[in-house]
Amino acid sequence: MRLHAIVGAVGALAQTACTLNLGMMMTTPFRPGFDTLALHAGATPDPATGARAVPIHLTTSFVFESADQAAALFNLEQSGHVYSRISNPTTAVLEERIAALDHGVAGIATASGQAALHLAITTLLSAGDHIVASAALYGGSHNLLRYTLPRFGIQTSFVPPGDLKAWQAAIRPTTRLFFGETLGNPGIDVLDIPALGELAASHRLALLVDATLTTPWLLQPLDHGAHLVFHSATKFLSGHGTVIGGLVVDGGQFDYEAAGHYPTLTEPYAGFHNMVFTEESTVGAFSLRARREGLRDFGACMSPHTAWLILQGLETLPLRMARHMSNTERVVEFLLSHPFVASVRHPMVENHPGHALAKQLLPRGAGAVLSFDMKGSREQGKAFIDALGLFSHLANVGDCRSLVIHPASTTHFRMSDEDLAQAGIGQGTVRLSIGLEDPDDLIEDLRQALKRAEKAGGARS
Amino acid sequence: MRIRDTYAYTGGRPFDPQRPCMVFIHGAANDHSVWGLQARFFAHRGFGVLAVDLPCHGKSLGRPLASIEAAGQWLLRLLSEAGVSHATLVGHSMGSLIALEAAAQSEEEAAASGPTIDHLIMVGTTYPMTVSPQLLSLAQSDPFEAVENVAAWSIYSLGPKPGAPGPGTWLYGASRALMRRMIRGAPQDAMFLGGNLFAHDFTLCSQYGHGLEAAQTVVDGKKQTACHLVLGTRDQMTPARATTALATALRADITPLACGHSLMTEAPAGLSQAIARAVGPR
Repeated sequence: MRLHAIVGAVGALAQTACTLNLGMMMTTPFRPGFDTLALHAGATPDPATGARAVPIHLTTSFVFESADQAAALFNLEQSGHVYSRISNPTTAVLEERIAALDHGVAGIATASGQAALHLAITTLLSAGDHIVASAALYGGSHNLLRYTLPRFGIQTSFVPPGDLKAWQAAIRPTTRLFFGETLGNPGIDVLDIPALGELAASHRLALLVDATLTTPWLLQPLDHGAHLVFHSATKFLSGHGTVIGGLVVDGGQFDYEAAGHYPTLTEPYAGFHNMVFTEESTVGAFSLRARREGLRDFGACMSPHTAWLILQGLETLPLRMARHMSNTERVVEFLLSHPFVASVRHPMVENHPGHALAKQLLPRGAGAVLSFDMKGSREQGKAFIDALGLFSHLANVGDCRSLVIHPASTTHFRMSDEDLAQAGIGQGTVRLSIGLEDPDDLIEDLRQALKRAEKAGGARS
Repeated sequence: MRIRDTYAYTGGRPFDPQRPCMVFIHGAANDHSVWGLQARFFAHRGFGVLAVDLPCHGKSLGRPLASIEAAGQWLLRLLSEAGVSHATLVGHSMGSLIALEAAAQSEEEAAASGPTIDHLIMVGTTYPMTVSPQLLSLAQSDPFEAVENVAAWSIYSLGPKPGAPGPGTWLYGASRALMRRMIRGAPQDAMFLGGNLFAHDFTLCSQYGHGLEAAQTVVDGKKQTACHLVLGTRDQMTPARATTALATALRADITPLACGHSLMTEAPAGLSQAIARAVGPR
């Protein structure tokens, strides 16, 4: 057994018990675990100062060593940083770390989760192309696909996430992408990534997955058949409700050339040295184009300061997610037992349609977001939210603090009644995001608010 | 560009056989894309670049080559077909053995009309390149698990800066993904030693027993090939200390770089500079 230490300017081996054979050895390889990668992937002590924590490189641009080096950087003959809209040393650490945690080949940081989704779509698709997407999407994602992208010639068909026949039936000759959320919002539908990945691959289509609610600690979609992953890093990855950011991860396993219908990656791009990205990088064609076109031209890059804050969150992601899961379990159990609660939607509940799939794909837990319906009226729902003390009423999830919102009147208010119904959202549905507080305090807050709501309407269970 | 069934990446410029030719040869279960930065670097500095995909790898068709010797022969034939009269061969790991073998075969009488190898640059190399029986066995029974191990051995640092092809690339993941793609992309009915492309390549490395003779042929040859080794000081696959016999036989100069086995991606600029120094100013 070899001894390893992650110290100094390297990050791996301190001592190797080599065989005496020349050539390739058979010693135990150092394959760092998730918690180690969450702290170390992509980072080494700063060579200039020795700083152990990742420094914040707040600079727009980087001085060239020479005219020759400048040309080499611009021409992709040399790796390095030119301008922080395209890459930055602090941001690069975050990008490499999320790629490591998601088992991908490269990460790209963006200004928001929405920017990440936009970057992923526009890197692959052009006017005339078509997406098949889950109907159970975050309201902002639904908006982009339903209303905004059609203006640029990209159409989307929405299908129930669990209906594989509907996914298949929605495929058109112009379809280029499948898109869904690991856990749909707010019904917490569990996306059958293995089945969808198989279906997508059989039609030579890429599968893009929004993994915001699961984070790589709960689920690594690339291991189950997804080809691209994105996160709103604003949520659990950051974890502190302080910054807006997004991350796209390239899985490197989809053969865009063999698929035959992704010209942005397989034909010369006049905007960057006539580069054919699939020739340039067999496994990183997507991320190369996304950075060299999407980040450069659309400009929705992440600030290095934001990247640094998200890195602080990522370092404790395993610890926080474990607590999120145990707190969620307590809250779900409480709500299930409460007489004024009509239903609870979370995959850990046995009658949830995604229960069995969640046990298979999400053995560590099915996320810290859940929704429930009370037995009372819409007014009683409002009374419940107003009565909460610890839970903050706001439009976010994945904070270290517990949050609550009424989706039909806020995050999903632009959706028609039909779309709301398709997404499993009722007028009285309340969504909770369970934080890291003492679970007894959370339960007590919910108990007193449910009591107030019950009194407000005089309803009886 | 394509030369019959073979794909070769030309570094972003059309290949011109009249220019000094630099040929990049990838290692086991890899393809041309590991040389992306170096290929572009030299293609834009006066060289005609051919970063080849070996048969049955990447975009190249054809049957898997049966031995390192056969691969060397294949490479010389390819260069002749491309109209190359003088070349620098840069090979990584298994590719370095192919380069060595090609340089030796170019000295043989039968190859007198073939290309002259001006420089032999062996990157991340050793001889013999004996692969442990455990890894060979794993490569045959569970190549994807073997890929995990080889990716872990190949990348030394958790955060090399700057990596290749650019910022944001997780080198371990990229190495793993490429090997997986090569295994999955290879024809299922091809006759592989060990049953799959990954096991095949590692078996070729392990079986090659002609290295020191080849080195002697190169050193004694009429074409006066200059020999260079570029080695990762943290290399766990082909440890630098295990190259003494090869370096001595080749009378090679050695450039050490502070990185692991995947020098092209862990130390891309250092490697380009080392190759540039080896071939001299242009």
